[in-house]
Amino acid sequence: MKPEEIQKIAEIEHDMRMAYKYRIKVCCSSGCIPFGAQKLLKAFEDAVKELGLQNVCKVARTGCVGTCSVAPVVLIDPGNHLYQNVKPEDAKRIVQEHVVNGRILEEFVYKNEAYFSKQYRLVLRNAGKIDPLRIEDYISVGGYSALAKALTQMTPEQVIYEVTVSGLRGRGGAGFPTGQKWNFVAKSTAKPKYVVANLDEGDPGVFANRTLAEADPHAIIEGMTIAAYAVGAEKGYIYIRSEYPLAIQTLKKAIEQAKSYGLIGDNILGSTFNFDIELRLGAGAFVAGEETAILSSIEGLRATPRPRPPYPAVSGLWGKPTLINNVETLANVPLIILNGGAWFSKIGTPKCTGTKCFSLTGKVRNPGLIEVPMGITLKEVVYEIGGGVPEGRKFKAVLVGGPSGGCLPESMLSLPIDYESLTQAGAIMGSGGIVVIDDESCIVDTARFFIDFCMDESCGKCVPCRAGLPKVREILDKIMVGEGTEEDLKVLEELSYLIKDASLCGLGQTAPNPVLTTLNYFKKEYLSHILDGKCPAGKCNIKRMEVVKK
Amino acid sequence: MSERTVKLVIDGREVFAKPTDTILKAAKDNGIYIPTLCYLEGLTAYGGCRLCVVEVKGNPKLMTSCTTPVSNNMEVITNSPRLNKYRKQIIELLLAERTHTCSVCVANGSCELQELATRFGVDHTSVSRNWKRFEIDMTHERFVLDHNRCILCTRCIRVCDEIEGVHVLDVKRRGKDSSIVIDLDEPWAASYSCTSCGKCSAVCPVGAIYVKLKPLSETKKKELPEFVVERRRR
Amino acid sequence: MAKVKVATVWLSGCSGCHMSFLDQDEKIIELAEKIELVYSPIVDIKDFPENVDITFVEGAVANEEQLHQLKTIRERTKLLIAFGDCAVTGNVVALRNMFQDSVKEVLERAYVENVDHSKQYPTQVPKLLENAHPLHEVVKVDFYLPGCPPSAELINYVLNEILDGRKPSLEGRFKFG
Ligand SMILES: Cc1cc2nc3c(=O)[nH]c(=O)nc-3n(C[C@H](O)[C@H](O)[C@H](O)COP(=O)(O)O)c2cc1C
Ligand code: SF4
Repeated sequence: MKPEEIQKIAEIEHDMRMAYKYRIKVCCSSGCIPFGAQKLLKAFEDAVKELGLQNVCKVARTGCVGTCSVAPVVLIDPGNHLYQNVKPEDAKRIVQEHVVNGRILEEFVYKNEAYFSKQYRLVLRNAGKIDPLRIEDYISVGGYSALAKALTQMTPEQVIYEVTVSGLRGRGGAGFPTGQKWNFVAKSTAKPKYVVANLDEGDPGVFANRTLAEADPHAIIEGMTIAAYAVGAEKGYIYIRSEYPLAIQTLKKAIEQAKSYGLIGDNILGSTFNFDIELRLGAGAFVAGEETAILSSIEGLRATPRPRPPYPAVSGLWGKPTLINNVETLANVPLIILNGGAWFSKIGTPKCTGTKCFSLTGKVRNPGLIEVPMGITLKEVVYEIGGGVPEGRKFKAVLVGGPSGGCLPESMLSLPIDYESLTQAGAIMGSGGIVVIDDESCIVDTARFFIDFCMDESCGKCVPCRAGLPKVREILDKIMVGEGTEEDLKVLEELSYLIKDASLCGLGQTAPNPVLTTLNYFKKEYLSHILDGKCPAGKCNIKRMEVVKK
Repeated sequence: MSERTVKLVIDGREVFAKPTDTILKAAKDNGIYIPTLCYLEGLTAYGGCRLCVVEVKGNPKLMTSCTTPVSNNMEVITNSPRLNKYRKQIIELLLAERTHTCSVCVANGSCELQELATRFGVDHTSVSRNWKRFEIDMTHERFVLDHNRCILCTRCIRVCDEIEGVHVLDVKRRGKDSSIVIDLDEPWAASYSCTSCGKCSAVCPVGAIYVKLKPLSETKKKELPEFVVERRRR
Repeated sequence: MAKVKVATVWLSGCSGCHMSFLDQDEKIIELAEKIELVYSPIVDIKDFPENVDITFVEGAVANEEQLHQLKTIRERTKLLIAFGDCAVTGNVVALRNMFQDSVKEVLERAYVENVDHSKQYPTQVPKLLENAHPLHEVVKVDFYLPGCPPSAELINYVLNEILDGRKPSLEGRFKFG
């Protein structure tokens, strides 16, 4: 395929779309499928046929718009009307009213405008817009034109320059400047080089990357291919956890389509550039998402992290230079190439550009997947987008950054979301989990829950994490049954610092965050368990009879 | 042989090292002690025990000296109150992780963990000891694998893989449940690939793998991998 | 100058640490100038006295009586030393903790399986705790003196340092086991 042909496909697609007056899009992401999205899709197709509207109305699947709490959802164009909690039996009525009678069915309309008002959809630009299973849909909204631009009008150096100027930083958690990372790999002289897209997403309650892959797989593929061109790689792997069957299917199909169109493979778009992508499935370990553990896993070994240096950029897969990026990072790349790094750098904050996807869960009115500009405050996320904690309950804390994030109290809610601010507060960006905790939850129990997760997910390679986390957990257990002492708190803190500072990989280095932040911001609750034998949330079963008091 | 062209400062002392040296090697060559446990000369560095962590100026993270190469003008601190505190805690965690009852252990007196405890003054464990019972594989006619004493340093795995070239041993499960396996988790006697060379028992720093009815002071040979590697180079 | 009041106690251990204490030999005579042994298995005093300056506790805490005893000792002692591996780690005494239902298994083995006559559990003795514990899991310990047993020289060194008002340093001096 030639670069000009992309434009042609886009035009044909556009004409085809214009042929229909209405477009009914049924979300078929993992969030809606358990609520019957597949049946709903069929129901709408049948309804359209039954009403003889095949020439007016197109029914298609689409990706997640993030309102998973009201699943399943349906969108109707023009106007992008969002209908919530739709059942198959409602399909006919909706088509009849909306399409035939031109009346919007108020009872189904999603009314929570605030949920979207503060969001900025860059990465998830096509979620809810296109059919993820059709590459033509992606091309029709400008897909693969960034790749064409890079290959025909830019040198690899220029591509890296734009990405550097954009200020894009890794969305996998650590926030390493992406342009700089690409530069390291590009400069490594050894051959062959590899690109790995990280879609392991092992944090509990986090599903942003999955949503992206299910809604817009080609954005990942295009970003990856541009990255490969920039660093000089000929082979890429998408490392995805096997617990994501739909995302795997979607990506598989997308890779096939991209291959058949010559958008990956040999002589891409008629150039001399070759790049091939393969899927690799992880066996579902959190630590396998750590960049050096991925390397081991792809090589067929146990997914355990390796000490750095050497960094993957110098010695990665099979000892060769390897670029590892999160898929969300990569999905930003086509936009940067099309619109320029300078354009991107104006979004978000100066040091932290662009947007970030978050999985907003816990005790909020509107849980779901959101994408917000960097620099937005936690308060805006929890109260404006999330709608605050449900009636009758009180906000207690918000855990930012997944299982090894930090528990921040109400007083920290004005904190802007960016890598530095979060780290300073004891939390992390992580892969974008925000869990809201209300006054029904015990803070010690919460800390223990997350320690438990990290303890179970520790690979066991290094001593502080393997042997330390079980001890942290033991002390928390002790406190929860009322047998803790103030001395225990000291040991807890000391152990936490050891694990944080001396562990080999990011898992151990961040695992104590929930403990350290709760000790910092919620010490009273710990002391209440220890000194008064009381759990403020009334959760813990304190069995101690006599309260030892001097 | 490459020259000692890299100049770095370790604990305030200017020293010279080869470009291919690690911090650990440079320190050792200059008589500076850094504690190690999983590291063994002649085997691939593992970076698991974290005892050899050092502070490198300009780097907020602690680095394992066994895996970090030297570089020009690097400033390294191997010995600080913080580092030694962490080392003591690591030794404590290892002593508490499984049953290390030195008085009745075959390795009493020739155990590297015991020596480290002595050296760093780890006179007790502030975390509670774990009394979980692990298996002991005594099926092999000459060797014993006692998981109760294992510290998962993986020296045995590496020596078997890299020196003997067999890779009988590996790790199964993860985290605190990790344990050494023989072949596809067979009893030792049933191992198809084991050559009974005994290198694993020679390098085990504790009393986890040992030769039956022999004093460990006789069967332990820490220098073995280094010796073999040296021979191969000739 | 008043002599420093020293006590030694023997919980669940083999008395080896006390033997080692006695192995200080002639140095005990020097010590006797500075200390008064107010309570010990080797002196004939029944109740643990009040206001003891230093107590050496040998052995792990394995039964209810010892638990009670140790708490009393703690209340009446200024400086409590965990004396020997059993007191410091639980050592051999705590090996039974590895069994599922350790009390039952231990009693079964000792009083039923391994005896020929009158197989029965003892009834007139203090009840065993579910697990045997090192001292610091039960009370606050001020100083740890590991070893199985600690050598006479080490005991002497530690005691003399404390008597001279210094904190003994064990780095490089002691050995578990
Ligand atoms: C325990 C652990 C789990 C991780 N899991 C993921 C993951 O699921 N996805 C991801 O992109 N990065 C994950 N990371 C971060 C990666 O190591 C790496 O930093 C990232 O993939 C680099 O890409 P980026 O520069 O685009 O962020 C994890 C890190 C750690 C320590
Ligand atoms: S920190 Fe934990 S997960 Fe990471 S290498 Fe160490 S043991 Fe493995």
